[in-house]
Order: sequence, then structure tokens, then C-alpha cells
Amino acid sequence: MSKLNKNSNGYIFGYAIMLTLVCGTLLAFVSEGLKDRQKAAKLLEKQQFILKAGMGADALAGMTGPEVTALYNNVVKVEMVNSKGEPTDAEEAKLSIFKEYKKKDVTTRNLPVYVVGKADNPSEVLSYVLPTYGNGLWDNVWAFVALEGDAETIRGIVFDHKGETPGLGARITDREVQSRFEGKKVSYASEVLDAPDFQKGEGVDYSSYTNKVDGLSGATITAVGVNAMLDSYMNLYKAYLTTKRTK
Amino acid sequence: MSDNIEKKSEPLLSKKRKELLSNPMDSDNPITIQVLGICSALAVTIALEGTVIMAIAVFFVLVMANVIISALRNTIPNRIRIIVQLVVVASLVAVVDQVLRAFAYEQSKALSVFVGLIITNCIVMGRLEAFALGNKPWDSFLDGVGNAVGYGWIIIAIAFVRELFGAGKLFGQVILSKEWYVANGFFATPAAACIILGVIIWVLRARSGYVED
Repeated sequence: MSKLNKNSNGYIFGYAIMLTLVCGTLLAFVSEGLKDRQKAAKLLEKQQFILKAGMGADALAGMTGPEVTALYNNVVKVEMVNSKGEPTDAEEAKLSIFKEYKKKDVTTRNLPVYVVGKADNPSEVLSYVLPTYGNGLWDNVWAFVALEGDAETIRGIVFDHKGETPGLGARITDREVQSRFEGKKVSYASEVLDAPDFQKGEGVDYSSYTNKVDGLSGATITAVGVNAMLDSYMNLYKAYLTTKRTK
Repeated sequence: MSDNIEKKSEPLLSKKRKELLSNPMDSDNPITIQVLGICSALAVTIALEGTVIMAIAVFFVLVMANVIISALRNTIPNRIRIIVQLVVVASLVAVVDQVLRAFAYEQSKALSVFVGLIITNCIVMGRLEAFALGNKPWDSFLDGVGNAVGYGWIIIAIAFVRELFGAGKLFGQVILSKEWYVANGFFATPAAACIILGVIIWVLRARSGYVED
């Protein structure tokens, strides 16, 4: 038998096809095998975000994953509403905020509200946590905004993003940046509900303003995207929040 | 007569093989001597936890890729050898990425693109081209271990200094109390990593007497 010519086109094609098949199969098995764990990790992260926003950034310090889930199950109740504040029958567990965000007609969006109760008395409302979704500079940004029981004062906020620039736009995930929103208020004064906004520049003291937040130097477009996201979603939640406010 | 001469196989850890392990950790370190893999050494070394995970990820990819390419070396068509190496490395990196997302989700987010960028880490491709393609799997395994540990200890050393002085912590635990130590924000920047790396290279080269040609 003649020796195989390793530089023939046939051999190279065959080799490339075999290698692709082997690597592709391996990756498919790994991906399928780890899918459940990855979903669980994402769910845990969402629970952590909701609790951090709704109870305080340090509320989960030192807690393990199962402890976080137990606390979440104990204190968080989910309500599903639409932009008119009416309850919908969508299932929160199957809901993708991203897919809802993509719906052109905003009145058809399902909007989850995570009602966080007090740790020692879960039936007493501590905060309303509202998930929001929008665009930053490079890709999507999202946030969990927690309003106090008065449905007006921001108790906490947790931002996350897909691809903002590290050191610039990605700073929205910094604890210090997120804490700038604490104590600020959404304004019901006009027709549209106005959320607090990042201002231009950084290092300015806005502590006397209830709707202005010190901005992000070098990350203007991310900050503008965050402002637009908060304003548009607070308006979607306006009807729901108004009912809570009057109570 | 020559038929009677038995070819003696090389001991598993002969002197030459021990050097395959030890040289990359010191006198032929991929970072300090070959100056490869610098990008991730500067980018991921802000905290020890992420750095250790990065070191483990590179260890897995480098060792496995070295062994696989070495085992396949006699079958790989020369004309597409780089593509074959890339496919193997990229598949291993994809596996690492998936495992991190399942078991260390927070860290996988913190490391973000740098896990994927292991594919382009010059150390990995460099060892495949320079060593695994021409040597047996066991030797390639030792070479992979040596280089991965050589890379790992340098980035862990950088992260140790950066996290300690940049945040006053080690593995997230407070070491330098805020009561008497003000965290130096400079150490949190990649520029500090560059300077620390420069000092490590200086010390190691001064000790070994290595001079660039």
C-alpha cells in the first residue's frame, strides 16, 4: 500500500471534516451536560440582584447560594402586570426580560414586580423591585430598581451590562456608582414619571437634589442609555406604582 | 550484533525531562524571558481569586492542547497545522468557558473576554508550534505543565501585590485594615501591573544573568 499523502487535498479535507466533527460533538455534549447548572447559576444571580437592590447591598454578605435562594423564596413575591397596571397571567420563571423588551408594542409587555418583604415579617412590604432593560454604548444594559414602600424613593439599584467598556461604562456595576441612586426619588409631578438621571461630568455634589445623580466621566453614552432605560421603564410601571402610592 | 543491543527507554523523569518542567518556571519563563502572555497578565491580575482561576484555565488548556497536538503530530497535514492547533485550543477554551459559567459564574463574568482570549495567548500557540509538534506526548505534557505553572506563578504574584495594596485584601479577605491603611487606587490599574511585572522581570533576570541578544 502506498504511503498516505498527507498534503493531498483529499486528506486535508477529510482531516478537517473529522476534526470538526469530533470537536463539535465534544462541545455539544459539554454544553448540554452543563446547561442545567448554568441556568441555576443565572437564576441565583438574578435572586442576588433582586435581594441586593430590595434589601440593601450588604444584606447577603457571607451567605451561600442555598441560603440566598431560601431567603428569596421567603421574602419575595412576584406580581406580573402590564403597562396599565393590570395583572397578567405570564409565568415569571419562563419570562425573558430581553424578549419582553424586544416587543415593539410596549403595552403588550409583561412586567414583573418583585415585592420584597421584611426578613422578620415577609408580609410587610419593604420594597418593590422593578427589572429594566435598555441599551448602553456597545450592548444591552439592565437594572433592578428597588423603590421603598412609598413607591417613590429609590432604596437600591443594581446595574449589569453585557459589553460596556471596563473602567468606563462598566463602572455601572461598581457598588459606589450604584449607591449614588440611593435615596433619590422618582417624580410624579408631570404627565410622565421621571426617574433620577446621571448628570454630565463627575465629582459634583448632587446630594440636595432628589432627581439628579453624579455622572460617569468618560462613559457619557452608557450613562445616557441608563437614563433612557430608567425613564422608559418607570413610565411602563407608572400605573402599577400609582396604585401602590395611594395606598 | 546490533540486534542484541536493547534500546533503553528514557526514564519518566530524566534530567532532560525535569528541565522541561523546571526551566519554564525560572530560567526560560514564558512571561519574564520570552515576554509572552503579557496582555492577560496585565488585565486579569486585579484580584487573586480571578487570577487563580485564570491560571488554572490556562493550565488546563495548555497541557491538554500540548498532549493532543503531540499525539496527533504525525497525522496533522502541514498545510493546515495552525488551523488544527487553533481548533483544538478553541475547543478546549470553549469547554473551560462553559465549565466556569456552570461552576464559577461570578468569576466567569469578572474574567469576561479574557477566558475566550486564552485562544490567542501566545504561550499556548507558541508551545504547540515550538514543542508539541515535534515531541512525544509525555514530554509535551511536562512542557505544558512547566509553562503553565511558569505563567501561573507570575500572574498570581502580580495579583498578590495588586490586591494587597490596591484593596488591602487577599482573596477578598481584609488584610490591611481601613483604619490605618488607605487603599492605593493606582494598584488597581493595569499600569501598576506593568510596573510590578517589570520589577519581577528585573529581579529574575538579575538573578539569572539573562541578557537579550
